[in-house]
Amino acid sequence: MIASIAERQDAIGTPAAEAELRACFIAGLAGDAARYRQFLDGLSGHLRAYLRRRLPHARADVEDILQETLLAVHNARHTYRTEQPLTAWVHAIARYKLMDFFRAHSRREALNEPFDDDGGLFIASDVEPADARRDVGVLLEALPDRHRLPIVLVKLQGLSVSEAARRCGMSESAVKVGVHRGLKALAARIRSRS
Amino acid sequence: MKTDDLVTLLASRAPAVDRRGPARRFALAWVAGLGGALLLMILLLGVRPDIAEAARVPTFWFRLVYASAIAAAALWVTSRLARPGVRVGGAWAVLATPVALGWVAMAWVLAHAAPGTHLPLILGHTWRVCPILIAVLAMPAFVAMLWAVRGMAPVRPRLAGAAVGLLAGATGTVAYCLHCPEMAPPFWSTWYLLGMLIPAALGTLAGPRALRW
Repeated sequence: MIASIAERQDAIGTPAAEAELRACFIAGLAGDAARYRQFLDGLSGHLRAYLRRRLPHARADVEDILQETLLAVHNARHTYRTEQPLTAWVHAIARYKLMDFFRAHSRREALNEPFDDDGGLFIASDVEPADARRDVGVLLEALPDRHRLPIVLVKLQGLSVSEAARRCGMSESAVKVGVHRGLKALAARIRSRS
Repeated sequence: MKTDDLVTLLASRAPAVDRRGPARRFALAWVAGLGGALLLMILLLGVRPDIAEAARVPTFWFRLVYASAIAAAALWVTSRLARPGVRVGGAWAVLATPVALGWVAMAWVLAHAAPGTHLPLILGHTWRVCPILIAVLAMPAFVAMLWAVRGMAPVRPRLAGAAVGLLAGATGTVAYCLHCPEMAPPFWSTWYLLGMLIPAALGTLAGPRALRW
């Protein structure tokens, strides 16, 4: 009886972490950047622990996949449905990116793991980062100007959209689209490099 | 770039997300696909000349409802497959229902048909071209729906591609119904379905490449 409750707890992760991350994420969807950052920080810890459990001998790869998954989560934010458990949504994305990695490195042994539950995604957290193998910053610098400039000015230097538009001679909507498409282009570059 | 810096980048000035964006994108793509199919049908094939009389026959509407029901169910399945962590579940059963009802109609008609008329009922006059024409009319919706799903995050791209293809096939069939002279249920529950399965097969092949993210 006690064992079955513990197993169930394992399968769905800790409800407290789910509730807290979900609240932050939903606030982020509504435009609250501080809560969104809190969500991404919390998620990074959980994803790192989750990936390290699956790839115990590849710490640098873990940090790469983690970064790729965070970018994917960000780019797919609009596909989340509020009635859905956040764990299920995040786990599906993490699993998709992990499978991509396994496919690229043909590590078949790991594909045999039971992946259908959420893998206890929100049970543990690991906030000690390792160095990534691939530098996302270098890939960002290599993007074409229409993508790179909006991301650098708005996301890294923190300019408002209208300031950034004036600075690089683009329209405000081109800057907004540039950030959005640029982050997708960045994800595509990461994918083709791995 | 360290993970912490990436998080800072992602979180800084992250604007609110338009929650109705996906629904709008799907609606736009499907309407464009149907419009394209109707246009192709009018330009390449023409609306059947006796459409006013045909519309008084119930089977004309059964046929149209058959194609529309498959399109609606396939749209539902596609929109679920486009989101990570959402199970298709009962939507599969809803999709199977009109297909199964088509076969029931076929069995009923064939069971009551005079001896020797079974094969003509199934083959009609146009069985050779019907599936191909449906596949051609499906192409606008195929392209448009692939675009819509590419903007989402399908974690099973092969299956999502198949669903897009089936949806496109059913959309093409809705347009084809306005041209096709065949009314017998044994005909359309066979060849229409086959026509829809051609783009579904294409989608299965294209999905892993076209829907990667």
